[in-house]
Amino acid sequence: MNKDLFQNKPGLRWQYFYSVLIVITVSLLCYGLSQYLGYRVIALILLLAVSIIAISFEIFPVLLAAALSAFIWDFFFIPPHFTFHVASTEDAILLIMYFIIAMVNAVLTYRIRKVEKLARLRQERAKAVKLYNTLLNSLSHELRTPIATIIGATDNLQEDNKNLTEENKKQLVAEIAKASVRLNQQVENLLNSSRIESGFLQPRKDWCDVEELIHAVIKRVEEDGVTQQIKIAIQSPLPLIKLDKGMLEQVLLNLLSNASRHTPQDAVIMVRSSCNHFLLISIEDNGKGFPEEEIPFVFNKFYRLKQTTISGTGLGLSIVKGFTEAMGGTVELQNKPEGGARFTVKLPAEKSTFKKGADE
Amino acid sequence: MNKAEILIIDDEPQIRRLLEITLHSNNYVVNLAATAKDGLIMASNHPPDLILLDLGLPDKSGHDVLKSLRQWYTNPVIILSVQHDEEDIIAALDNGANDYLGKPFRTGELLARIRSALRTVATDEVDPVLRGNDLEIDLTTRTVKKNGELVKLTLTEYSLLALLVRNEGKVLTHQYLLRAIWGPGFINQSQYLRVFIAQLRKKIETDPNRPEYLLTESGVGYRFVIN
Repeated sequence: MNKDLFQNKPGLRWQYFYSVLIVITVSLLCYGLSQYLGYRVIALILLLAVSIIAISFEIFPVLLAAALSAFIWDFFFIPPHFTFHVASTEDAILLIMYFIIAMVNAVLTYRIRKVEKLARLRQERAKAVKLYNTLLNSLSHELRTPIATIIGATDNLQEDNKNLTEENKKQLVAEIAKASVRLNQQVENLLNSSRIESGFLQPRKDWCDVEELIHAVIKRVEEDGVTQQIKIAIQSPLPLIKLDKGMLEQVLLNLLSNASRHTPQDAVIMVRSSCNHFLLISIEDNGKGFPEEEIPFVFNKFYRLKQTTISGTGLGLSIVKGFTEAMGGTVELQNKPEGGARFTVKLPAEKSTFKKGADE
Repeated sequence: MNKAEILIIDDEPQIRRLLEITLHSNNYVVNLAATAKDGLIMASNHPPDLILLDLGLPDKSGHDVLKSLRQWYTNPVIILSVQHDEEDIIAALDNGANDYLGKPFRTGELLARIRSALRTVATDEVDPVLRGNDLEIDLTTRTVKKNGELVKLTLTEYSLLALLVRNEGKVLTHQYLLRAIWGPGFINQSQYLRVFIAQLRKKIETDPNRPEYLLTESGVGYRFVIN
């Protein structure tokens, strides 16, 4: 209750209620102790209660608490008791001062909080601008590098420099091809990302041979020049499963290219798949794994590991998550106890009774 | 003349391969480094004639690499970067870069900038007489001729032009020009510069709106080129 009161800020109506409640409770406690405490000490205790209320409540509940406590002090504690009449001039001055101090206290605390809130807002805005700039920088880097390669290579080829050997020309054409694939992947990532963002992502389900799909995706990344060894372990026979082939393909492609970009060139990437009530596909590597404290964030859009030195946009894994969830599944990341990372995609398996490989 | 040696410091393998082929086929000797650390080691072990430096390196910012290079390395450094912010360009030039080229760049442009940067090293002093198609500038007699006719320049106009000419091919930032011609108190008075550049263009350019000698580097400064 206490935590709720000071941290989560109850609504305004509740704030009035709590202010009155606190003032009355403190007053009752003081009344019980009034044999032992002088009424001037009690004024200070009440003032303390009002100050504490001022720390987290809006201004009007605090002013109410200040006024109420002043009346209670006057009525119950200043002799003669149970009247608003004040006998001595000294007490009258004290009462007026109590009232003013309580009010000033309330207003000042409120103002300080307002300034703090403004400063916090400004800080958040500055942070958002900085984040936006980093995103834009990484995005422009990812797009401009392949464009620079394509323009530079075509310039060289068009110029028809005599010093350019046949071997050089072949290399340049290969660079253009590689850069175009990279550019296309980035554009695809951007488009997919905005598709996920729009919320109109409807999987188009059809019967899919998952084994064939996995092999096709591996072939594609190998053609793009993956240096790591990719091993496959698929439960046999894997039934036909009804799912969105395009989405699953993108999910696997992003996971594989992620693994290949972030592991050493001689690492081993393992793709496993099995199907019971769910279709499970896992992609493991024997690289460094992920810092444990960053695992909860890796699927966030634009998130990049703090220590990373490899360029990227932080879109790939967010698309993996978006697509997997659109298909009704989940994706998980764990560090393997023996080292390396394991991504597991779990999808609901609508199986075909039609056996693959059976007589057709 | 010996082949000039160029060190490329860039973390993108594609760009490194492209630059290697481009420069190699244009008769330069090329060395490659993928990180700031390697680049600095290679530069100090065997100082190249020119360095092409990327700003976005994985282990250290290119600006820092430039600063540590400039503590001892005097040959030209050309920045190649995907960051085209004016602030980045100005910071790089202030830290001692000779030139700045944004990615993507045209190969012809890159080669021209490299040639121009190497030329200033080779001659150390610019040739006192520069000739373009229709423009002739003689720094010894302080005369400028357009289509053979003497061009009348005020003292400030001539100082500005001479400064740009002596740094032919190199971008000079607004701040640098203002400080050099008008003094440190004027570094924020960029309107002075605009007025005088406009006057100079009227006098030496055939079409002041499409200058061929006095080029604007948007938001950064000016560059004088002569073929």
